[in-house]
Amino acid sequence: MSIRERLSGNEAAAVAMKQINPDVVAAFPITPSTEIPQYFSSFVNNGAVDTEFVAVESEHSAMSACIGAEAAGARAMTATSANGLSLMWEMIYIASSLRLPIVMSLVNRAVSGPLNIHNDHSDAMGARDSGWIQLFSENNQEAYDNLIMAHRIAEHKDVLLPLMICQDGFITSHSIENIELIEDSDVKKFVGEYKPEHYLLNYKERIAVGPLDLQTYLFEHKRQQAEAMKNAKDVILNVSKEFEKLTGRKYSLFEEYKLEDADMAIVCMNSTAGTAKYTADILREQGIKAGVLKIRVYRPFPAKEVAEALKNIKAIAVLDKSDSLNASGGALFEDVTSAMYVNKMQNPVINYVYGIGGRDTTEEHIKTVYKDLEEIIKTGDIGNPYRYLGVRGGK
Amino acid sequence: MAYNLKEIMAEKPSRFTSGHRMCAGCGAPAVARMILRALKKEDEAVITAATGCMEVSTFIYPYSAWTDSFIHTAFECSAATASGTEAAYKAMKRTGKIDKDKVTKFIAFGGDGGTYDIGIQSLSGAMERGHDMTYVCYDNGAYMNTGIQRSSATPRFADTTTSPAGTKVPGKMQSRKDLTQIMKEHHLPYVAQTIATVNFKDLYEKAEKAIYTEGATFLNVLAPCPRGWGYSTDMLMEINKLAVETCYWPLYEVIDGKYIVNYKPKNKLPIEQFLKPQKRFSHMFKPGNEWMIEEFQKEVDSRWQYILDLEKMTEDM
Repeated sequence: MSIRERLSGNEAAAVAMKQINPDVVAAFPITPSTEIPQYFSSFVNNGAVDTEFVAVESEHSAMSACIGAEAAGARAMTATSANGLSLMWEMIYIASSLRLPIVMSLVNRAVSGPLNIHNDHSDAMGARDSGWIQLFSENNQEAYDNLIMAHRIAEHKDVLLPLMICQDGFITSHSIENIELIEDSDVKKFVGEYKPEHYLLNYKERIAVGPLDLQTYLFEHKRQQAEAMKNAKDVILNVSKEFEKLTGRKYSLFEEYKLEDADMAIVCMNSTAGTAKYTADILREQGIKAGVLKIRVYRPFPAKEVAEALKNIKAIAVLDKSDSLNASGGALFEDVTSAMYVNKMQNPVINYVYGIGGRDTTEEHIKTVYKDLEEIIKTGDIGNPYRYLGVRGGK
Repeated sequence: MAYNLKEIMAEKPSRFTSGHRMCAGCGAPAVARMILRALKKEDEAVITAATGCMEVSTFIYPYSAWTDSFIHTAFECSAATASGTEAAYKAMKRTGKIDKDKVTKFIAFGGDGGTYDIGIQSLSGAMERGHDMTYVCYDNGAYMNTGIQRSSATPRFADTTTSPAGTKVPGKMQSRKDLTQIMKEHHLPYVAQTIATVNFKDLYEKAEKAIYTEGATFLNVLAPCPRGWGYSTDMLMEINKLAVETCYWPLYEVIDGKYIVNYKPKNKLPIEQFLKPQKRFSHMFKPGNEWMIEEFQKEVDSRWQYILDLEKMTEDM
């Protein structure tokens, strides 16, 4: 039996963590993810979980403690945003290289500076090459569902990588929406016990973790990490299938929304997908064949599958909620165009950097994107491929 | 039971093996070995180390000199990493995921760079949170692993590669940070300053107390570095002795706030005797630089007196 509730994204993440009942949570407050450790510490202090909550003095220590805990044989979780993730920077690479399946809630927010507490994806995009699996969530339901699936993916013996579940700061984290929760006992059964093969507190064998790893071995170890990331794709699909059996909610590598017969498509992540789908529906009523491809699994990037899904689209706009400041487009745009090129597709693709620092992206903005795509289809002229949406001072 | 080094060595084989790549004449391996000997034979331990000489010389893939479980993550977070392992232990013991009858102790190592400087936040946090762990700083008074750069533990006037004794600036011009006092102010149940002297008694006994006192405890151990300090490698134990006999490195402990000075030399030696065999201080012995030795002596005297005063102040505790 599922439970109908009304929760914010942060509450949904905290409730998922409660149901997962990890051994250790180490976290430091930062807007907009602060509520997650807040809710969670009340679960701890009221005996709702068996977790040891480590109220660390910084995010660097949060990730260090998670690494120590996970290496010791525990299930460790954390939550952060923006600069918090920046401060963890050094440690997130160490977490993935030590192959520790730590799970993090990343409530996406603009990385300073200047200081801004609102949503964009600059935090997550900065971590895209850190060896973490990255799943994005359109709303509170997806943030919750992704967290319930997280450990099954991260801890799989063919994967053993840390995983971050992203949701949009404030837009999702602080908006209260309907949600369907899974029964505690079903979550417990689904997530299962963590049984690491090697860990520090295994009294039957002592291990050493985190060596000086020189020219003779580091390359092979990195190669193994890369393989694990490749393996993650199938594992994610299998776990998602199992999750669907339990809940009826279907998840894949990405969501194809009215893509099958679409002339034009928007590729985006997180909450903007909701606005894009809503806008596509309106345009469909006017006979315009608009579709949306919503990325769920950003790392590993499902290159071949994305290219395949966009194969017949006449014009594509990739929306990046983070500017790579590189004069050649945002991160998602580069991933999508590279995927298409490698798979021998030359469909017109343009990029929009949008929503930086929490700038609202409305139905009207999305309409202008589809309008631009319509124009490209009509004229065959891409024009400037690197565009901006909703910024003052021209496109 | 009276301390007997021979018996301890016979009863407790070293948990830190030979074959590591620390330099000849380095103070740190002797410290690590003796501290681990203070563990009860039947007890388990999880060791954490900060990036630094000790880590890069003892765990070069695929070889490890540690017979206990060991983890290294980065430079500044030995304490935070250890706090995570300790939290895991508590949680897993509570839920029966690990043997309830086994005792595991948590010991974090860091050099002065990883402890006084880049790691002080992580250390302060872990100590304040009261994890049941012992943090051991092996203080060799500079960033030796990267090639002898000054740290906040470097004594005044020392010649290092980032505080070179030049013609205008004669070495490091600032005084050494007193980390033991900073840790004492965290109101920990046990804080001590020690060194590997003569028969290791002071080091062993303090390690035992630190490890088996419940809660967060801290040891500051002076660990000379032949390369950075510029003494001949066979002089390690002599340098250690001089550090104590000149009162440069007072041996004391603070138990629940009460100071105990463990050794008061009957005949406190002049600081020259500690400085002289070390190349990093050689410029202080040039004609015209007598003031530097005088200043150094003054600082040693006042710090020594301060510790004696603290002992007196807390004698009724």
